[in-house]
Amino acid sequence: MSFLTVTNLSARLKGTGFPILRRVSLSVAAGQVHGLVGESGAGKSMIGKAVLGILPSSVEITEGRIELDGVDLLSLPLKERRRRIGATAALIPQDPLTALNPSRRIAPQVTDRLVDILGWARARANARALELLHEVQIPDPERVLRSYPHELSGGMRQRILIASAFAAEPKLIVADEPTTALDVTVQKQILKLIAEMQARHGTALLFVTHDLGVVSKVCQSLSVLYGGMVVEDTPVRDFFRAPAHAYSRALLAATPKYTDPMASLVPVPEAVIAGVQAELAAFDRGARHG
Amino acid sequence: MADGRAQIRRRAGPRLWLSALWLGLLALAALLAPWIAPKDPLAQDLFLGRLPPFWAAGAEPGYWLGTDSLGRDVLSRLIHGARLALTVALVAGSITCLIGATLGLLAGYLRGWVDIVISRAIDIWMAFPPVLFSILLIAVLGPGLSSIIIAIVVIDWTRFARVVRAEAMAQGAMDYVASAQVAGRSRLSTMVTEILPNVLPTIVVLLTLEMGIAVIVEAILSFVNLSISTDDPTWGGMIAEGRTSIHQAWWVLIFPLIALFLTVLSFSQLGEGLKDRYDPVLR
Repeated sequence: MSFLTVTNLSARLKGTGFPILRRVSLSVAAGQVHGLVGESGAGKSMIGKAVLGILPSSVEITEGRIELDGVDLLSLPLKERRRRIGATAALIPQDPLTALNPSRRIAPQVTDRLVDILGWARARANARALELLHEVQIPDPERVLRSYPHELSGGMRQRILIASAFAAEPKLIVADEPTTALDVTVQKQILKLIAEMQARHGTALLFVTHDLGVVSKVCQSLSVLYGGMVVEDTPVRDFFRAPAHAYSRALLAATPKYTDPMASLVPVPEAVIAGVQAELAAFDRGARHG
Repeated sequence: MADGRAQIRRRAGPRLWLSALWLGLLALAALLAPWIAPKDPLAQDLFLGRLPPFWAAGAEPGYWLGTDSLGRDVLSRLIHGARLALTVALVAGSITCLIGATLGLLAGYLRGWVDIVISRAIDIWMAFPPVLFSILLIAVLGPGLSSIIIAIVVIDWTRFARVVRAEAMAQGAMDYVASAQVAGRSRLSTMVTEILPNVLPTIVVLLTLEMGIAVIVEAILSFVNLSISTDDPTWGGMIAEGRTSIHQAWWVLIFPLIALFLTVLSFSQLGEGLKDRYDPVLR
């Protein structure tokens, strides 16, 4: 039973009509981790943002359905949609340095959801926040809760963001490149933490990344995107054994090998790019006539 | 981690204290003017005209900063003039800030048609030459304290609106605003808890700058005789009168100029000092 189902979702830039998403379909089963991979500008983050209802105001959805727990979000009025998303989904943002409000202390930023959505009393929410900070292995959580974000390191802030994402026990979390802004040693710890938290809480996770290595460790299934189009949607095991699409194969071949650090980087071949762009063009022609 | 970040504490610094000290003295002088001014600021005595300040030869005891050509005490007039200067600074500055910052915040955060309407209004407004606009306004409204305040508010709200709009736009793109939206918070509550506190340091700096500007505008209007009635002592009026006798009695011009200069400088330094001290982003 899939918890999140996106069907034929298309979005474009207002004004120019430039396509951002081209009939994207994917589904995330309850408690599963689904990866979204692709190069910069492929539309991975846009899918996450569309699901959470935080697309930039310059982007509009033109067709498709986003079903969260069996309810089509796009058919709901704005207020109701916000409420539903707030109650069932959460975000782990990309850059921990801009994701916490610098002028508010940590405690209210972790407990906002508990108080706003679940209607908890402050004291109860604060006790839960303390528990969560323990769970994400933050030393001296009492002090951290009273701190301002600028007093904490990047890795610390990302742990806090993870804690606040899991705070209200959402059924789905969108993790938008949660380790990109961190340095490599911290990345590994944070990744492990997210995987542990996900497994313990049984949360479905939509994991946006451009790192196939991360996908192989964390995800059960993945979608490969190019130009806002899903070129391949497959279980992770099959993907690493035998990618079906030429672009997926090239992307996998382009992943740097840790076994041979001196090897030069392999670009995605021009012919493969030309091929996938021809597919986009064919898709756009079909969309126009169909 | 228990690193040094939490330990950083910044000193308030001399500029905060010095500017606060001057403004505090000024506020005290304005409040207590009738009791502390040594003479009646309006009393004329032609026999005591153009007395020099206390350290110069020929000074009269009791007239610390000398007298003007009509024999009125410069220090007493300065003290009484502070009343008008500070009233205009506080009232006009605050109202301008409230209106301008609110409009800027709405335009920058809500975007869309709200932004279009407010931004076009700002563009059109800023095309008017401000000094002529204010003189025109006073001419229509008639001289008086409320007219000065209205003129300052009407002309200067764009200063706040423009800057606050840009700041609110930058804040609106931050991930914590997105997170607040995902959490189902309303637009208004997001604006008040996520955007406003981060724009506040800028608003405070603008507010103190605006107070300084209000003092200058009041002086300019007094200088061209469009402020309140000419009987009441104002710094601008004193400067205008002192200008005519600069060669015989420089002190009539110089002391109100110094008061004006220090006041405007103190307001702007107070703002910067407060920002340094309390802006969490800079800490």
